[in-house]
Amino acid sequence: MLELNEISLRFGDKRVLDGCTLHLQKGEHIALMGPSGCGKTTLLRIALSLQVPDSGTVQRKAGGLAAVFQEPRLLPWRTAAENVNLVLSDREETLPEARAWLKRLELDDAGDLYPAELSGGMQQRVSIARALAASPALLALDEPFKAMDSALRERVMGLTAERVKDTALLLATHSEEEAEALGCRVLRYQDGKFV
Amino acid sequence: MSPRVQGLFRTLAVLLFWLLVWTSAAALAGQELLLPSPAQTARKLLELASGAEFWLTVGRSVLRVLTGILAAVTGGVLLALLTHRSPLCMALLSPLMTLVKSTPVASFIILALVWLGRNTVPVFIAALMVLPVVWANVSAGLRGIDPGLLELARVYELPRLRVLRRITWPSVRPHLRAALRSALGLGWKAGIAAEVLTVPALSIGKRIYEAKLYLETTELFAWTAAVVLVSLAIEKLLLRLVGKESTHAGTE
Repeated sequence: MLELNEISLRFGDKRVLDGCTLHLQKGEHIALMGPSGCGKTTLLRIALSLQVPDSGTVQRKAGGLAAVFQEPRLLPWRTAAENVNLVLSDREETLPEARAWLKRLELDDAGDLYPAELSGGMQQRVSIARALAASPALLALDEPFKAMDSALRERVMGLTAERVKDTALLLATHSEEEAEALGCRVLRYQDGKFV
Repeated sequence: MSPRVQGLFRTLAVLLFWLLVWTSAAALAGQELLLPSPAQTARKLLELASGAEFWLTVGRSVLRVLTGILAAVTGGVLLALLTHRSPLCMALLSPLMTLVKSTPVASFIILALVWLGRNTVPVFIAALMVLPVVWANVSAGLRGIDPGLLELARVYELPRLRVLRRITWPSVRPHLRAALRSALGLGWKAGIAAEVLTVPALSIGKRIYEAKLYLETTELFAWTAAVVLVSLAIEKLLLRLVGKESTHAGTE
């Protein structure tokens, strides 16, 4: 599904990734763990083709992509339901489906609210609803469950795990618990690589 | 009392205050030739407005200036898209726009009179005044699009039209509104100034020129009042076309 081969990247004098190789099959879940700033998000961005590495290759099989970024990235001028519907058809007929996803994320009453009217945690759940609604072949999650209390986090992780069973999943996290809940094989950062 | 009614009363009170100042100044001047009063101006405006020629004159002037403004808005948006994509085009166009903004409008009017017919000069001048403002504002809007949202669109492989409709346009629209707000008055006034100097048939500019020539100060004021009223109407109309401001963190 995704092949990252010999990826290297420097930020100025700092070598972040150094010959990092990662292969991800359909239905396989991988968690990238390591200290803050080690390059987890960077590798995710390279996998999503949002960043070009200094060297190495990225190969991705055709299929839908979705991502939950560290920040919700909602359109401020669209309601929560419309934000989810954006990755569906963006037409009236799929709005009920978008609302259903919000309901699963326990945002039943938030559908008609704008992002500015939602708390940070609620906005993040809207972005999770959007990613899950997209039915992607490859899902990238960058610390997606922060800003949620532990009980809610558990329920949202359960829902996510259920939805991504057949999806290739790349998770950047600091939490062993999240990696375990999503059934991830953990790769840890070591000398510019995730091993 | 609702805030809207309060606002209305405040506007009326301010209007009344300045009408009183104008009336007092006219009374002090003591001669209609020097400074007609608001009542005399209104009477003259009503008298002019009762004839078909007034509406034909206003209509022709509006048509000329509006043609220029619409051409400038279209051109400004297209040029902004072009310069946003091409740094070379930006480098070439940027000094030209600065030059247009800093050159006195009278110089352009005289030059345009040499190049173009007298009916086309007001169109050209209105366009020339509006174009740099629209270009600069729309360019700022395009630069201000949240890169995070564009990345989101790339990841989810959103169709180009959806990105344009849901991300680009709502991001640019407040800037276009601001551009229209500041450029419309400018374009309209420059267009009328061009008419005064080129005196095309059936134009407000020509009537203002004639009023000046024959020392018809009241008529000059009446036509000026007509220019102000039409300017306000055009601004309201075009801003309505661009859409309402949203109360949320943006517009669409």
